[in-house]
Amino acid sequence: MPAPQKAAKAPAKTIISFENITKRYGKVVAVDNVSLTIEEGEFFSLLGPSGCGKTTLLRMLAGFETPTEGRILIDGQDVSEIPPNKRPVNMVFQSYAVFPHMTVAQNVAYGLKVDGVGAKECAERVEEALALVKLEGYGPRKPDQLSGGQRQRVALARALVKRPRVLLLDEPLSALDAKLREQMRSELTQLQDKVGITFIMVTHDQDEALAMACRCAVMNRGLLQQVATPSDLYEFPNSRFVADFIGQVNLFEGQLAVDEPDHAVIDSAEVGVPIYLDHGVTGATGSTVWAAIRPEKIEIYKRIDGADMIKMEDAPQGHNVVAGTITHLAYLGSETVFDVTLETGRSVKVVRSNLTRWDQEDFSWDEPVWLSWHACSPAMLTA
Amino acid sequence: MTKRPKQAAPGPLEYLRRWPLQAWLVMVTVFLYAPLLTLMAFSFNDSKRNIVWKGFTLKYYEKVLQNESLLTAFGNSLTIAAICTLVSVILGAMTALLLWRFRFGGKTVLDGAMALPIVVPEICMGVAMLVFFAKVMPWPGGLPWPLNLGAIIISHISFSFPFVAVVVRARMASFNRELEEAAKDLGAGEWMTIRDVIIPHMQPSLVAGALLAFTLSLDDFVITFFTSGPDTVTFPVKVYSMVRFSVTPEVNAASTILIVLTVILTALALRFQGTDAVAGGHAPDPKA
Repeated sequence: MPAPQKAAKAPAKTIISFENITKRYGKVVAVDNVSLTIEEGEFFSLLGPSGCGKTTLLRMLAGFETPTEGRILIDGQDVSEIPPNKRPVNMVFQSYAVFPHMTVAQNVAYGLKVDGVGAKECAERVEEALALVKLEGYGPRKPDQLSGGQRQRVALARALVKRPRVLLLDEPLSALDAKLREQMRSELTQLQDKVGITFIMVTHDQDEALAMACRCAVMNRGLLQQVATPSDLYEFPNSRFVADFIGQVNLFEGQLAVDEPDHAVIDSAEVGVPIYLDHGVTGATGSTVWAAIRPEKIEIYKRIDGADMIKMEDAPQGHNVVAGTITHLAYLGSETVFDVTLETGRSVKVVRSNLTRWDQEDFSWDEPVWLSWHACSPAMLTA
Repeated sequence: MTKRPKQAAPGPLEYLRRWPLQAWLVMVTVFLYAPLLTLMAFSFNDSKRNIVWKGFTLKYYEKVLQNESLLTAFGNSLTIAAICTLVSVILGAMTALLLWRFRFGGKTVLDGAMALPIVVPEICMGVAMLVFFAKVMPWPGGLPWPLNLGAIIISHISFSFPFVAVVVRARMASFNRELEEAAKDLGAGEWMTIRDVIIPHMQPSLVAGALLAFTLSLDDFVITFFTSGPDTVTFPVKVYSMVRFSVTPEVNAASTILIVLTVILTALALRFQGTDAVAGGHAPDPKA
């Protein structure tokens, strides 16, 4: 499934900005000096391991928590003093929080009733909202007659019917089973496209964030690590944490030996050969850096005595070729995952797509191999 | 149903298939219901003394319905129970909300103090009430009905509302806080949230608490005995004074009316609660 990378909509307007937000619970710092802007119409994702502060950030936006320091602007207006029931945002809760004693229609109508919307308009908008989430005709049902997925749709309709400026989603897919989750991913992105409302989703599932969001903010221990598009997060992580958290990665520690504008070389004792990169960094020569290489960006070749050397058009010979032995392999159908131990003893993960039906028979346990990668494949990290 | 070819040995608690437990079951049933049934049966007994069955009659029911002071006592009891139930439910629910929702200094003390009327022996409560209304806050005599019942009503409320609070609080433990947040998120204020989300969730426990308070008040004898005056006699107190002379079928008839009334009320309450408990009974399972 291709990531729905929407082209940046022409002059994007900032709808939400967090300015130096800090939240402390006693001595525990849940959110640490986070500054972040979210643009109108965006599908934004707050991503991070549990306890990283992403949910706290979302709840502060909804008004259920107050920041210890800093301020939050919605449409340029400071909302610090505004209680949750007066904010132009609506939330889909993790447990969906569908009112159990009300019918589906009453649930969806609740927010409108509170606002004093007339009965006729209210009924129309409820119909419209139920149609939007594909729950036409479910109005008279009670929530306990619905499945988990349907209850979530009710929660979505109930929030969207109020036409909020921003829709907040707290781990919206975590309570669904795997198959439904896949389906809801694309449905949610389609829905967001249709209604054009800014969505902010909290998730700990990186696949979910990559598949759905226009932009993601990765958080760890209350700190904002990186804000970028999904592909930038994956291909150009700014730290070892992000590289490791998003997808799989081989991280090689080394010293920066050469640093030119168009290339750099890392001496890595772990790999045993210098790592050549086609881009430079702003770092002092000799400082410790890390090369992050994704498993699917490493090619694997048979290594037999007398065999031809590997042709490396993109990198100077000897730089990005290293010898190793397969110590473990896992056939996963679409791909095979190899654990290759280098001569230095360092283990490297390699993923190889099974392009034909016979590919899986190419390599086996304890086979000597060459590993190689392009000079543009590794990302150099300084943190 | 087809008979199973070979029946397995009964489990340790299969009381219908083990004779000691069967005997136990029979004994419980007998001792629970036999006295009640005897009482009802003898209300139709055509005899002044309540010992031998002489024949069927309804005259004691007539007599009961003509007994002015018994009817007054019955009316007093129902009035006291109704007011006590209403106030206890409101007070109990509010106490439960307070204890469930907020953290404050002395919370544990309040929690414990609230359970006090449940654990303190009734006789002590009775004496305490007697002293209180005699010395500390004498209830003025000669007030018009139902104000003359004030002392009894206050003492009934003081021992009933903790029961309501306990029941409601247990119910609130299963409340999903996100429901409250969802209501606020959709624009509801504090009061609206309580009305639209919290009270509907509480409702089964409110009904149960009200039932409890009503029955507790209706049949309380000990505490009422110490707080009632000559012109404020309740049904249990009246029955007691009648029994002191002799157990006439009239007492049986009055008791039968009360039992039937209570059973009907309870059945109605349970039925009312039953339909709503299905819909509003449980918080959505977050893992569903």
